[in-house]
Parts: sequence; C-alpha cells; structure tokens
Amino acid sequence: MEDDAPVIYGLEFQARALTPQTAETDAIRFLVGTQSLKYDNQIHVIDFDDENNIINKNVLLHQVGEIWHISASPADKGVLATCYNKTADSKVVTCAAVWRMPAELEPGGQESPEDASSPAHALELLCHLEPEARGSTACVAWEPAGDGKRVISLADNHILLWDLQESSSQASLASSASLEGKGQLKFTTGRWSPHHNCSQVATANDTAIRGWDTRTMSQIYCIESAHGQLVRDLDFNPNKQYCLASCGDDCKVKFWDTRSTIEPVKTLEEHSHWVWNVRYNHSHDQLVLTGSSDSRVILSNMVSISSEPFGHLVDDDDLSDQEERRLEEKSQEPPQDSVIATYEEHEDSVYAVDWSSADPWLFASLSYDGRLVINRVPRALKYHILL
Amino acid sequence: MAAAAAAPGPGSGPGDSPEGPEAEAPERRRKAHGMLKLYYGLSEGEAAGRPSGPDPLDPTDLNGAHFDPEVYLDKLRRECPLAQLMDSETDMVRQIRALDSDMQTLVYENYNKFISATDTIRKMKNDFRKMEDEMDRLATNMAVITDFSARISATLQDRHERITKLAGVHALLRKLQFLFELPSRLTKCVELGAYGQAVRYQGRARAVLQQYQHLPSFRAIQDDCQVITARLAQQLRQRFREGGSGAPEQAECVELLLALGEPAEELCEEFLAHARGRLEEELRSLEAELGPSPPAPDVLEFTDHGGSGFVGGLCQVAAAYQELFAAQGPVGAEKLAAFARELGSRYFALVERRLAQEQGGGDNSLLVRALDRFHRRLRAPGALLTAAGLAEAATEIVERVARERLGHHLQGLQAAFLGSLTDVRQALAAPRIAGKEGPSLAELLANVASSILSHIKASLASVHLFTAKEVSFSNKPYFRGEFCSQGVRESLIVGFIRSMCQTAQSFCDSPGEKGGATPPALLLLLSRLCLDYETATISYILTLTDEQFLVQDQSPVTPVSTLCAEARETARRLLTHYVKVQGLVISQMLRKSVETRDWLSTLEPRNVRAVMKRVVEDTTAIDVQVGLLYEEGVRKAQSSDSSKRTFSVYSSSRQQGRYAPSYTPSAPMDTNLLSNIQKLFSERIDVFSPVEFNKVSVLTGIIKISLKTLLECVRLRTFGRFGLQQVQVDCHFLQLYLWRFVADEDLVHLLLDEVVASAALRCPDPVPMEPSVVEVICERG
Repeated sequence: MEDDAPVIYGLEFQARALTPQTAETDAIRFLVGTQSLKYDNQIHVIDFDDENNIINKNVLLHQVGEIWHISASPADKGVLATCYNKTADSKVVTCAAVWRMPAELEPGGQESPEDASSPAHALELLCHLEPEARGSTACVAWEPAGDGKRVISLADNHILLWDLQESSSQASLASSASLEGKGQLKFTTGRWSPHHNCSQVATANDTAIRGWDTRTMSQIYCIESAHGQLVRDLDFNPNKQYCLASCGDDCKVKFWDTRSTIEPVKTLEEHSHWVWNVRYNHSHDQLVLTGSSDSRVILSNMVSISSEPFGHLVDDDDLSDQEERRLEEKSQEPPQDSVIATYEEHEDSVYAVDWSSADPWLFASLSYDGRLVINRVPRALKYHILL
Repeated sequence: MAAAAAAPGPGSGPGDSPEGPEAEAPERRRKAHGMLKLYYGLSEGEAAGRPSGPDPLDPTDLNGAHFDPEVYLDKLRRECPLAQLMDSETDMVRQIRALDSDMQTLVYENYNKFISATDTIRKMKNDFRKMEDEMDRLATNMAVITDFSARISATLQDRHERITKLAGVHALLRKLQFLFELPSRLTKCVELGAYGQAVRYQGRARAVLQQYQHLPSFRAIQDDCQVITARLAQQLRQRFREGGSGAPEQAECVELLLALGEPAEELCEEFLAHARGRLEEELRSLEAELGPSPPAPDVLEFTDHGGSGFVGGLCQVAAAYQELFAAQGPVGAEKLAAFARELGSRYFALVERRLAQEQGGGDNSLLVRALDRFHRRLRAPGALLTAAGLAEAATEIVERVARERLGHHLQGLQAAFLGSLTDVRQALAAPRIAGKEGPSLAELLANVASSILSHIKASLASVHLFTAKEVSFSNKPYFRGEFCSQGVRESLIVGFIRSMCQTAQSFCDSPGEKGGATPPALLLLLSRLCLDYETATISYILTLTDEQFLVQDQSPVTPVSTLCAEARETARRLLTHYVKVQGLVISQMLRKSVETRDWLSTLEPRNVRAVMKRVVEDTTAIDVQVGLLYEEGVRKAQSSDSSKRTFSVYSSSRQQGRYAPSYTPSAPMDTNLLSNIQKLFSERIDVFSPVEFNKVSVLTGIIKISLKTLLECVRLRTFGRFGLQQVQVDCHFLQLYLWRFVADEDLVHLLLDEVVASAALRCPDPVPMEPSVVEVICERG
C-alpha cells in the first residue's frame, strides 16, 4: 500500500510561522507567515485539496513587519493573531496584533495561483495587543475552547491575559502576572491547556516550564531545568489531563505529568539538533510530531502514554490479507513507543510543524527556506489506529 | 701278578695273531669283557688306543682269563730260542715258589683266627646260663610286687573319695563366706570410694543370689546387697551429676552404672544432658568473647578457642557415647546426632557472628587461616557423626564466607575505582600553580589504570588464598569449580568491569547537563580508560584470572568479546558526551555573544570580537587536552590553502548582495538560491553525530555543534550593516583558525558560509565588507 507522496509548496521568503486555521473544520487550511526584512511580508493561506492533491494559495499582505509567530482564533475563521518585528529608530521591537482576513477569501480560495500576481489583499487590523511597558511579545495563545475572546500574550517577563471585545476590535488587559527573578527573564513560548475549563497556561523561559492559573494569575507548578538547555516549545495532550510535552535545545522531547514534575514520564532523543516544535495530534494523542533544526520532521507513536488503551481489538474482516498479516504481526507484540517515520523533505532547519485542524491524519511542516511540506500519517498506521 | 710284567715283552711280538682256534665265539666273549672293562673303568677306546697293551683275549697271557697253557707252551717253544726258554723257566719256577709261600702264610693266619673264635663261643655259652637264672628270679619278684600293690589300692579307695568330697565342700564354703561377707565388703568399698571394686563384687554375686533367692538366708543377703547397690548407684549418680570431674571420669561413672544394670536409655539421656551442660559452658565463653565489647580476640584465636573447647569437647562426648552406648543401636546414634546437630548449629551461629564481624576487615590471610582451622577441626566430629552433618554445615559456612568475601572485594574494587576518580577530580580541580604544571591527563590516566589494576591483582591474590592447596577446604567441589568460575571470574572480575562501565556511563546521564558536575577532562579520561580496557586490559585481566584460578567448571562464562563490546560502548558514550559538553560550553559562549549584542546599532567593525578569540583559544585547549589521550585520526586531504577559500566565501556573499535589488515579490525566486544549490551538492550535516576514537573526530564534533549554534542564533537576530560586517569578520577569523582541527575543512567552510549568508538575509541593508579589509582586520587581531 503506497502512501501518498508529500506535497511541497515553496514560499519566496524565509518563514518561521505556521498555524492551521483552527476554527475551520472542513477544509484543510494552513496559515504561513513570512520573514523578510526588505520586502512586505505576507501571510499565505494555503488550502489543500485532499482529493486531488492540489494546493491553492492566497496571499495576504502583512506590511507591518516580519512575522515570528502566528495563531488563529479557535472561534472565528477570519481572525488571527501575529507577533511581528517592527524596526524603528534602529531598534527591533516585537509587537502583537489581532487581524481579520478579508471576507472574500473566506469561502475558499477559488482563485488560481496565477492571480497571486494581482495586488494582494491586505489584512484588516483589529487591535494591537500592546502592554503598557513595552516589551517584545514572543507568543500569542488563544483560549482553545472559548469563543475566541480571550488571548494570552507573553511579553518579556510578563504574561498578559486580554479580553477581546466588540468582535475583537478592542482588547482590554484583563489581568497580568510577571516573572521575577535575577537576570533577564524572558518567556520564549506558551501554551493554553484545553483541560480544566481552560484555566491553565504553561509557559517556558530558558530551561524552566511554569504552569499558571488564569483565574488568579498565579503560578501553580514549575519544572526547573526541564531541559538541559533552552525550552523551545510546549504542547498539552488534548485528550489526557496533566500531560505536557516539551522540547528544547538538548535535542530531546520530554513528556511530563504536571502533577509530579521531578522526572519526565518519557524522554525521546531522536533528533540530532535542537527540537523547535512538538505537537500532539488532536484526536489520536499517541501521534506526536516534532520538527528540528537538523531539517527533519519525526512522527512518533507514543502508545504507552497515550489516552487510548493498549492494544486494539482488530476486526479483520474488511482488511486485505496482506494487511491482516501485518496487523497480526503488530498485535502479537505489545505496542511499543516507536518512531513511525522520519521526514527528510526539508533542506533547512524546520521551525514549525502542526497538524491540520480538519483532517487528523494530515500535517504540515515549514522550514526556514520557505518550504512547506504537507504529509500524511502512513495509511497502515492510520488503519491500525482506527480499526 | 709277576708274570704280567713279563708278558708285554713276548706279547708285543705275537700281537697280530688273534685269529686262533677260538675265533668262532669272539662276539660273546668280547661282550663279557666289555662289561668287565666297564666295571673297572677302562674305556674301550682307551684299551683300543693302547695297541701295545696286552690283549686280554690273548690265550698266551699268563694273567689273562683266557690263558691256555698249551698255546702258551707251543708259542714259547716255537718262537723263543733256548736261552730265553731257560730264562722263562727259571723265572716261572721262581714265581711258583713265591706263590706257594704266600699261600702257606695265608692258611696259617686263617687257622689262628678260627681257633680264637671257637674259644669265644665257648665262653659265651657259660655266661648265658647264669643270666637265665637271674631272669627267673626277677619274674617271681615282680609277681609279688603286683600282688602287694593291688592289695594297697583296694585298701585306700574309700579314703580318697572322702577327701575329694571334703575339698568340694571347702570351696563351696568359701563362696558362701564371700556371699555372707558381701554386704560388708560392699559397704566398705562404697565407703572407700572403690566403686569399681564394688561393682565387680556385685557383678560376681548377682547371678548366684538370683538363683538361690528362694532360700531365706540368701534372700536376706540379696536384699542387703540390693540396698547397698542402690546406695552405690545413688552415689555414682551423685558423682556423675556433680559433674565437676572431667569427661573421662564421667564416662567411667556411666560405665559402672551400666554395669550395675541401670537403664541405659535414662543414662544416655543424662549423659547427654551433662555433656550439653559442659558444651554450653564452652559456647557461653565463646559468646562472651564475641560480646559487645570491641576488643575481641582476632578471628584466628577465636576459632582456635572454639576448636579446642567446643569441638574437642564434642569429639570426646561423641567418642565416649559411642563406646558406652554402642548397644543402643540406631536409636542411640540418632539421639547423639540430634544432640550434635543442635549444639553444632549454635556453635555455627556463633562462628558466623564472629566471621560477620570480620567481613569488614581487610586481612584475608588471617581469615582464611581461621576458616581453615575451623574446617579442619570439624572434620573429626564430622567423621565421627556423619549423620549430624557437621562437616557439610562447616563447608557451607566456609562457602558462604567466601562468597561474602568476594562481594566485599567487589565493593572494595568499586570503592577504589571511585576513590581514584575522586583523586583525578581533585587533581583536575586543583589550581594550577604558575610555572608548575600539574600532572598531565596521560599521567592521571596511567595512575588510575595502574591503581585499578593493582587493586584487582591484590584482590585476586587475596581471594586466591581460598584455593591454596594447603587449605583444607580447597578441594571441595565448590572451591574447585563454582568459586573460581562463577565467583571470582564472573561476580568479582566481570562484575567489577561491568560496574566500572556503569559508573562511567552514569556520568553521561548525570542530570546536571548544563553545569557539568563532571569535569569534561574526567569524561575524556574515563573514555580513554574504557577504550584501553576494550583493547587490552580486559583480556589481560581475564587471562590472569583464568590462569590463577584454573577454571574447571563448565558453566558458561561471559566471553571477553562481550565485555569488550560493553567497554567500547561505554567509551563511545563517554566521548560523545564529552563532545556534547564541550560543544555546549562553546555554544553557550557564542550564543550569549550573539544574543546580548545590539546588532542594529553596532559600530563599524575594527576588531575581531573577543569572544571569537576565546572560542579559538578554548578549542585549542580542547585540542591539546584530547591530543594527550587520543591519536590524531584521519583528515581529508587538504584541498588548498585556506586563504584562497576565504575569498570565494565572500565573493559569494557579495554576489548575493549584488543580486538582492533584482528580487521582486511578484517574481518568486528563491532568495537563497545559491545556498540551496550549494546544499544540493553537499551532504547533510549531522550535528550531534557519534564520534570516533580520535582527536580529529572529537574536535570536528565540537566545532560542528558550536557553529550550528552560531547559525541558529544569527537567524534569530536582525543585523544592521555593521552588524553583518562584524559577523563577516568573526566568521573569517574562525575560519582562519578552526579548519586545522577538523577532519574535513569544507565542513567548517560550509557552516560559516551559511552563518554569513543567514546574517546577510537578516540584514535590511546588506553591504558586505571588502574581503581584503576583513583579512586585514583578522590578521591584526
């Protein structure tokens, strides 16, 4: 059984920011933000036609600066937030803003790629997420299950909770907390937990991971030196409470139980350079995706710590003989954590990977040279999980 | 005969005339003569060999048997002249006369003899007659004597019988007297304490008294005796119980009591109870020696004491018991065995406690000697009482101690290893006194290796004592087989090497990845140590072990290759970890330098930044450090002078700058086309890839990690024009100095090119510096 070949899309500029359009559950759509210092930056809206294996793109201009981080609203398809660099007075400041995409794009980009040369649409600014004391915003995270009105932004050593009002056109600071300590503490990334009524946020600064309660804006746990070096990314298991994955410059991916933070539950060491991104699959949390600056994307099967029980009851009737045999082989031995596949389509560091919000078997990865690769979970594994 | 003398003369002449008238019967005659000749010892040959001799058949031979006077005369007459005849005749006459006179003398002599014989016979006749008379008289006298004798014996018969009877009565009376006196004698004996005598008397009388007890008088005696005997027995028991006397006296008491017919079972119980008392006393004294007070005697003394006191006592008891109660049969033997087992186990418990105290000690020879004594001592009772299993238990204890000893040695070795590691740490951490270099890494390595090896050898030697020939337990199957193979080889040596590898590996997993609680030099040293073990030391140690302990056991042992593989794996992990740690140190330096600087508003570069010099210095230091322990390794052939290469880098980056204005967003063209094309033709760089055991590979790893970090950090920043130029200068400087450390200098070029290219991309105003200026700055600084 052949797996479909990966689909590759090239951007003209360097790019680091990638997100699925979270609110969209029918079409497979990713948003990519570019990084260019000399030209107007863009947000590419990439639609993937699964049937025909065709990519459709729409380009939106993002003129305020190069995009370091992008995140889409979980409630409104047209709303997204970016963190961008602004160069002013020979100083670089990273700001954050909420934008709305032009309405005509939303129904689905029927425009042909050639039209991209026509003047691109611009984003409509909804509001800035600017703290009083100006700091560089590293990351914006939407409340995962809410109505798209609550946003966390991380600026230097502050964690800021915003309320977006009047269809997101106004942002008011609801509450904030800051990290005190010696040295210049700086948040690198943050992630909102989908559990506990969305009251928990995890952040990373240097080698530490901290958990915050958004109701009181107080720290609830802290994993000091979670990684040997800088922590690059975090992700919560969408189906299992307290489970947190992290990755960092020590080339490791670690899985934590936030209730007991002395030791990681599990550690993966498959990459040969810094791991920049880790993502749980939204539906089948044994599938974990990681992207690294060794230019590889690795899909791992973490059966032992997933929410799904060990060993599926396999109903073989629908399967061909060959599949049956393969499945039998698999089911004979207890399932073990393993690397499912290593994807080597990239030739530069991969800074972002993410799953599609519409199709749980599909994911995209983005490398610095602007190459976006869309891949699927191997079909054999897919059936093995489903059946 | 006189005639014979004359015969040869005439005989020689007619020698050729044997054919005569009697030629018809020569055969028969010849035969007879032959026989005669045989008789006289003349061989026929001899006769034949003397042809001149007279022919015996010659009828003319005067002295011959076949002499024929007629023939002789004829011959004489025919042959001899007259004168000769005359001579013959005179001669013959003379001879005849001589013969006659001889004959007369003979006859006369014979006659005289005959007459004297006749006289003798007559005298004999007379004497015999007288003798006959006397014989007659003798006969009559004898008859008279016989008669008398018969009469006397008839008379004495009666008296004789009476005397015999009287003698019998006398003996009986004496016995009776003994019996009557018995009570008083017994009393006396008891009073005097001559128990043995008393028991003998009693024994003699008992049967008689038993037989005649129906007679009242005897009965009385018997009763008396019984009373006394009972008293005697009581006294004996008393003495027995008091027990102050030694085992032999007790044994005597028991023997007497047995002779008195006391019940053997009860006695043997009591005997054992007494023996138990005494042996327990011994055990108590041993226990006291153990006691809580520390100044216990050394273990040798202890086992000696136990051996002579307890084991000796047990031996005596067992021997006496077997002698006394042999009649008890298997039940008795079983009792004794149970007794010995119980006490023995207590003794063993004490010994084990004592030996346990000894476990911490270091003197193996003393321990082995003590064990030897202990084991040897127990062989005697063991042989005496096979059922009690003492010897087996003793062997077991010895085995256990040996095992524990092995464990102790293993711990000792591990401790020694850790100790030597601590020493190394201290040596590494010790501040360098100016002008005086501390011990180099190679020396430290040699120190560690030799100290471990000497510890291993010491342990082997000390464990070897257990299998020495003169030690009594060394020929037990355990010590010949399992001890050598499983114990010494597997658990001690292999176990140690394994634990060494584990200890070393644990340095790789230490949580302090950041701080590096382990000094990198130690990692390097350990890695080299493990590698040395893999190449030589392991096989050396195992060969040494196998030689010292001729392993006869066939149980499977860990092969050398497995251990070597483990050691190699450890060495590899350590070295990889070393690369990571050192790479991290340099990475951190580079990262801080990139992150903390404001690249937008930086001034035009005039110098190479200090941090780059520091990086090169550190790399050189690492190079020296690694060079102390690892070989150079292979390098790719140097393609060209590195300065030439420099030029191309900057021309490429300059080109990029030149092309830049032609980019338009509407014409999608890959911005870093050049670098991408370059990548197509170069291999993917695995940054944290495993390293090989040589200096170049180690350094390559470290530099790769550092440069990749630099690249990633640069990509996160935004550069002004001078910022980019500074990066250019820094990279050129690095290139000038780093290429010599790595296996493939293209690698450095590639990474540095990418750094500069990335910096150019991150620069809104990319105006690269002139390569010549870059070179000048680098050379200056």
